[in-house]
Amino acid sequence: MDSLLVLVPAALVLGLLFLAAFLWALRHGQFDDPDGSAGRILFDDDD
Amino acid sequence: MTDAALVDLSGPKKAERACVHCGEPVRGPRQDRFCCAGCAQAYSIIGSAGLGSFYARLQDAHARQPVPITLDYSAFARPVGEDRFALELLIDGLDCAACVWLIESLLARNSFVIAARANLSTKRLALKWRGESSKANDLAELIAALGFRPAPYSSLSANAREDRDARELLRCLAVAGFAAANVMLLSVAVWSGHDGSMGDATRTLFHWLSAAIALPAVAYAGQPFFRSAFAALRAGRSNIDVPISIGVTLACVVSLHETSVGAEHAYFDSAITLLFFLLVGRYLDKRARGRARRGVEALLALSSASAHVVRSDGTIEARRTDHLRPGDLMLVAAGERLGADGTVVMGASSLDTSLISGESLPVPAAAGTRVAAGMINLGAPLRVQVTAAGEHTVLSEIVRLVEAAEHGRSKFDAIADRVARAYAPVVHLTALLTFIGWEALGGLAWDRALVIATAVLIVTCPCALALAVPVVQVVASTRLMRSGVLLLSPTALERLAGIDHVVLDKTGTLTLGRPELATTVDPEVLAIAAGMAASSRHPLARSLIRAAPDAPAFEGVVECSGEGLQMGGIRLGSAGFCGISEPSSDGHAELWLARPGHPPVRFAFADRLRPDAHQAVSALRRLGLGVELLSGDRPEAVAVAAVEARILPWRGGATPSFKVARLQELAKAGRKVLMVGDGLNDAPALAAAHASMSPSAASEATQNAADAVFQGDRLQPLVETLIVARRAGRLVRQNLALALLYNLSAVPLAIAGAVTPLIAAIAMSSSSLLVIANALRLGRRSLGREAV
Repeated sequence: MDSLLVLVPAALVLGLLFLAAFLWALRHGQFDDPDGSAGRILFDDDD
Repeated sequence: MTDAALVDLSGPKKAERACVHCGEPVRGPRQDRFCCAGCAQAYSIIGSAGLGSFYARLQDAHARQPVPITLDYSAFARPVGEDRFALELLIDGLDCAACVWLIESLLARNSFVIAARANLSTKRLALKWRGESSKANDLAELIAALGFRPAPYSSLSANAREDRDARELLRCLAVAGFAAANVMLLSVAVWSGHDGSMGDATRTLFHWLSAAIALPAVAYAGQPFFRSAFAALRAGRSNIDVPISIGVTLACVVSLHETSVGAEHAYFDSAITLLFFLLVGRYLDKRARGRARRGVEALLALSSASAHVVRSDGTIEARRTDHLRPGDLMLVAAGERLGADGTVVMGASSLDTSLISGESLPVPAAAGTRVAAGMINLGAPLRVQVTAAGEHTVLSEIVRLVEAAEHGRSKFDAIADRVARAYAPVVHLTALLTFIGWEALGGLAWDRALVIATAVLIVTCPCALALAVPVVQVVASTRLMRSGVLLLSPTALERLAGIDHVVLDKTGTLTLGRPELATTVDPEVLAIAAGMAASSRHPLARSLIRAAPDAPAFEGVVECSGEGLQMGGIRLGSAGFCGISEPSSDGHAELWLARPGHPPVRFAFADRLRPDAHQAVSALRRLGLGVELLSGDRPEAVAVAAVEARILPWRGGATPSFKVARLQELAKAGRKVLMVGDGLNDAPALAAAHASMSPSAASEATQNAADAVFQGDRLQPLVETLIVARRAGRLVRQNLALALLYNLSAVPLAIAGAVTPLIAAIAMSSSSLLVIANALRLGRRSLGREAV
């Protein structure tokens, strides 16, 4: 059961990291234009 | 797009050669690559900027034919800092990533543009530039020349709040999702340890961990529900959020107590998973509604206008209509909509007053005539002294009337809230009786009895009410949006489902609401007239062009303001302009073509029925609905339309108050009436009806009063909306029945104390999935065929 002391916090920290990343992305407008962002990745800027 | 499977009147014509820019068929000489000069220009702009790969990026889609812009955009630019301006535009036609790329790249080539960022989801373009505000027009013209339609858009309105709400829901959803997944992870471990493989200390540790994750998450993600429940309770009402809030809160409190005494079961996972499911439903609902709202905003923004004000020194200034003041002198060009009430001081013309009165015939206007905002100048330019602007116009007054009438209808109860009101007391009473029963009769300790009562609350938590109804609505509104119908009111579907009588307006609803050529003319003569008309923006000239779209435009046509067009000795215009002494009096708007050596030719124009009016009316009848025609227009004109569309009860000359009275009379007879109208004179009737729809060409006030707006030239979306609404109503009832069945079977188990957190989790998830799957059946395309 000692492994729990490592694994449970590790799982939680990882989960929190993803949650933080999502909230950061949301705050910075990354979800404002889901349709446009999908196409934008294909533009080349060197034209 | 309308559903082609329903009533296929004319399939797309096979084009032998398509325009390189817009894909429309090219009818000119063999070597032509473009359908019109606008497309050729758009192609050359794109090519010379080195962005020719745009056409390759479009793949199957096509750019659109450019339409010249008529609006002064500088009036909408707002200063940001020194020498800098910003403008938000709504871009009609911004449908693909290639369009985003084209617009952004092209605008970035202009050295004075600081930022140009297009948003494909919302179709908005945010512009920022250095220099004068008038550069807004250059930029807008550039966008328009490519085939897009830019419309000024103000983001500083009520939408900002809606966007914030949606974002808050998404944040709550993320938090609830994170917590639900982690708590469930711990719970699965606890459940699998119930056979004795997990020690009591470890189990309690896991419960504490669950509490540490779930409690903050519930406190945060539950806010939308708690707030709404609190507001309802304070107003002395109950809604669906009240039982949800009570159930979730009680589950948390009881579980906390259970954990503190080291008991076997805790319901943290049920509480947070429930919130997660409910938030999913709520977010989907909000997003679908937001899309519909944006669709209507786009339509309204496209109709926004600027006014031209003559300054005291004689120069002309562009001003937003909401910035006009009484005493201003407006210059109203042909084809322009008046932005304020006023008195004509100079000029003689005719006005289209259909928006205000529903009258389809133009009304003459000369010096001294009082005019109202919303009328369209059909003839010569007018100078109008503003007497009332903004809030004080007749138009705004009607809008206020509509809002007042609408307020009455907003009291309509959503079915979920109605059921919740009846359901919640029963559930709470059952839980209370369970508690008392176990404590007093069963001899259990109070906290054991409370755990069982909480389990009852959790299994009866109205997941189906809170989740299944929004899911049906989302599927239905998405489906309708594909057919060009935007649902505006949250309860629109429910009310539309109950409709048994349809009242149609004539002008703009049963008909297209724009003049179309009504006389048959020798095609050669028509081509000459259309070729001359190509250089004019007058509504009648435009319908001539529509009647002969492939006629080549002539060079050297001179427009004699307010009278007509002249090319050498050939004249196209009013009877007086063409030297006709006896004006005809059949009530049609008309144009004359006078050529030396030929007798003058008359072109009469009339409003035409929508192409599928007759089919749509009979489809409505097949659905078992009564159909009637109620119009403010002259009885003769209404009679013609009624016969052509085969609507039997019809009435002309109906004033707005008569329309409202008729609707009330029908309501008193027990009919549930759908009112379909477009004019502002219909708006009070729209608000008074059980449900209402209007075409997308309708005025802002009318669209605001309507439950749904349909786009396009056809009436078929109306029929489809009613079919989908009925189907959605059936699915909602099915879902409620499913939920009830599930509760009836789960509640005895819960009362008996046999529902552990594991069973609650399985039951909750499976019932949610069941109602969602049932709702998805509505999305199937085959549905529409039932009407035909």
